[in-house]
Amino acid sequence: MELLSGADMLIRSLQDEGIEYIYGYPGGAALHIYDALFRQDKVKHILVRHEQAAVHMADGYARASGKPGTVLVTSGPGATNTITGIATAFMDSIPMVVLCGQVASTLIGEDAFQETDMIGVSRPVVKHNMSVRHPSEIPEVIRKAYYIAATGRPGPVVVDIPKDMTTPNERYEYSFPKKVKLRSYNPAVRGHSGQIRKAAEMMLAAKRPIIYAGGGVVLGKASDQLTELAHLLGHPVTTTLMGIGCFPASDKQSLGWLGMHGSYESNMAMHHSDLILAVGARFDDRVTNATEKFCPGARIIHIDIDPASISKTVEADVPIVGPVDTVLKEMVSLVKETKEKPDKDALKAWWKQIDEWRAFHGMRYEKSDEYIKPQEVVEALCRITDGKAFVTTDVGQHQMFTAQYYKFDKPNRWINSGGLGTMGFGLPAAMGVKLSYPDDDVICVTGEGSIQMNIQELSTCNQYNLPVKVVNLNNQALGMVKQWQDMNYESRHSQSYMESLPDFIKLAEAYGHVGIRIDRKEDLEPKLREAFAMKDKLVFLDIYVDPHEHVYPMQVARGSMKDMWLSKTERV
Amino acid sequence: MRRIISVLLENEPGALSRVVGLFSQRNYNIETLTVAPTEDETLSRLTVTTTGSDRVIEQITKQLNKLIEVVKLVDLTEGSHIERELMLIKLKASGSQRAEIKRTVDIFRGQIVDVTSTVYTVQLAGDSDKLDAFIQAVGETGVLEVVRSGVSGIARGEKVLSI
Repeated sequence: MELLSGADMLIRSLQDEGIEYIYGYPGGAALHIYDALFRQDKVKHILVRHEQAAVHMADGYARASGKPGTVLVTSGPGATNTITGIATAFMDSIPMVVLCGQVASTLIGEDAFQETDMIGVSRPVVKHNMSVRHPSEIPEVIRKAYYIAATGRPGPVVVDIPKDMTTPNERYEYSFPKKVKLRSYNPAVRGHSGQIRKAAEMMLAAKRPIIYAGGGVVLGKASDQLTELAHLLGHPVTTTLMGIGCFPASDKQSLGWLGMHGSYESNMAMHHSDLILAVGARFDDRVTNATEKFCPGARIIHIDIDPASISKTVEADVPIVGPVDTVLKEMVSLVKETKEKPDKDALKAWWKQIDEWRAFHGMRYEKSDEYIKPQEVVEALCRITDGKAFVTTDVGQHQMFTAQYYKFDKPNRWINSGGLGTMGFGLPAAMGVKLSYPDDDVICVTGEGSIQMNIQELSTCNQYNLPVKVVNLNNQALGMVKQWQDMNYESRHSQSYMESLPDFIKLAEAYGHVGIRIDRKEDLEPKLREAFAMKDKLVFLDIYVDPHEHVYPMQVARGSMKDMWLSKTERV
Repeated sequence: MRRIISVLLENEPGALSRVVGLFSQRNYNIETLTVAPTEDETLSRLTVTTTGSDRVIEQITKQLNKLIEVVKLVDLTEGSHIERELMLIKLKASGSQRAEIKRTVDIFRGQIVDVTSTVYTVQLAGDSDKLDAFIQAVGETGVLEVVRSGVSGIARGEKVLSI
C-alpha cells in the first residue's frame, strides 16, 4: 500500500476517476491541493479569472462531452462565487463535482478568515454535498461524489475539504474504491414493463399524437432510440429548449421547439393533441403556460428518471420512472413486435392539419433594408458552419433567436442555461466545449449585456488558446427586458439600456484576440466567413443589429399553449 | 389534510437540516418534527407532521426520497397507525383549583410530576387532539407554560418501517 497525503490522495482519486480537466482558482485553503496538482501532469488545470466562470466551463464541458465536469476553488469567497454556476447546473441536471477548500476543521465555526458554511450555502442548489472529515476518507468521498453526480438524474455535487485534511506531512494508505454502494440511493435502472406496454398500445391507437422530448433525452444519450421510435410511429416530435438537437431539426417529423417562444406549429399541435409522449421533459412553466388550460384533450405518458418530476405540475396518466434510453428501447421493440399498426388515416389527417399550421406561420421575421436582423445573423452562422457547430448562448433575445434559427441535427451541440437563465454563461461554457472538441467550430452567441457578466474570461482564452467565436448581437439594450417593457409597461425602458458600452473591438484586442465590427448588412456574410476562416484565433464579432426587434412567436401570459403573439400586431 | 410522514434517515451531520431545508425551500409547512436515532445507531427515525392536498403530499414524499440520506419513508396516515405526543404543562394551582386540576389530570390519565404551593407541572401523553382537549379543559387562563414534543408515530400491527 502506498502512503499519500490527503492532497495527493485527492489528485490521485481524480486521476483514477479519469478526470481530464479541472477548472479552478487557487487560494489559501486549497493550496495543499494546488501543490499536489503541480507535482503531476495527468490532470490538467485551467485557471479562470472568476470562479463563476470555472463552474460554467465545467458545465459546458459536461454538456458537450457527456462527462462530469470538475471545479476546484478555495474557501469563502472562492466557494460562494461558484453558487450561480452550481445553481445553473442544478436546474439543467448537469453532472459536476465542485471541490471547495475549507478552513481547517479546528477553525470551523469561529468565523475564521475566508470561512463560509459552504455545505449550508450550497444545499438548496446541489444534488448532494458532503464534507471530508478525515484524510483517509478522501478516495471514497470522491468516488461517491462522481457516482452521485453522474447517475440517476445527474446534478452538481459539492465536496467541502478542510485544509487540515490535505496537509502534506500526514500520510495514509491510498486505495481507490472500485464500487460505490449507498443503501439510500438507488436510481431506477429500468422502467416498469407493464406501464411501457400500456404506453406503446396508447401510442399505436392515438389519432393526434405528439412526442414532447426534453433535455433528459440529451443527458440520457437516447437520441437514437427517440428518433427510431418517432420514425416507426410516424408521430410529430417537438422538443423543449433543452431538448433541441435530440431529434434532428431537418427531419420532416420535427416541429421545432415549443413553449414561450417555440414554433406556432408545435404549440398548436401540442394543444390539440390527444396523446402526449413526454420523454425526459418536466413540463416547465415556460412550456405549459397556464397549466389549467394545458392541452385539454390529451392523455399524458411521462417517462422520466426522476419520479418527482412526474405529475409535479401536470398530471400524468401513465408514469414511467426509468432511464429514457432503456425505456425507449423497450418501446421500440414492442412497437416492432406487435401486429397493431398506427392508425394511418388518422395520422394522415393529423399531419395535414400540422402542415397547414406550418404553412400559416413557420419561423419568420421581417427583413429590413436599414438594419441587420439578429435572426439573419443566426441563419448566416448556421449556413457558414453547415449547422455543425457547437453553439452556446447567454440569456435573452439572442438566446431565443439562436434556438429558433440555428438548425441543430445532433444532441449536445446546443448549450444554454435553460432552467436558471444565467447571463454570463455563454463564454465560459463555450471555452469548456472547446477543450472537449478542439477541432470543431464553437460559437458563443451573446448580447452586449450578457457578455459583460463574464468578459474577463477572454483572458483565460488567451492563456489556453481557446479560439472560440464570440458573436455579440449588439442591440445596445437588455433586449428581452426591453421587449417585456414594450409589451407590459408601455415602453417605459427602466434600466434596460446599456449605456457607455465599451469598444468591444479594442477590448478583444486588449485581451490578445481579433475584433471585428459589423454594422452594415452587406458586410455580414463576408465578415462572418472571414472570422470563421481564422481557425486558430478567437474572434470577437460585434454585430450591430436592429434595436427594435422582438422575439416572436410569444405565448400570451397565463394563456394556453396556443395563445400566441405572432408579431407585434398579430395575435392568435 | 394532516399527514404523518415517517422517515428513516442516515444518522449523519447535516442530514436533518437537509430535510428541514427541503420543506422551507419548497414552501411546505412543518407542523411538528421529532427525530432520534433508532435501535440501529447508523439510522435516525424522523416523524414529521404536515398538511397538504394529496398532490402536495405526493411531491413532499417524492422530494424527500430524492435526498441522498433518506433511506426509506412511509406516510403513516395512509394506514392505521398509533401516534403519540408528550406534553409538559405548567398550571396555576392554588386553593380550590388544586383539587379540580387533579381531577382533570386523572380523567386525561396524566401525571402531576412536580408541585409547588401555587403550581402543578403535568405530564400528558396521547395524540395531539387529546393534548389540545386537555388545554381546553383546564382553561387557558391557568396555563403558565406548555412544552410539546411533536408527534411520534408508528404503524399498527405487523407493518414495519425498516431497511
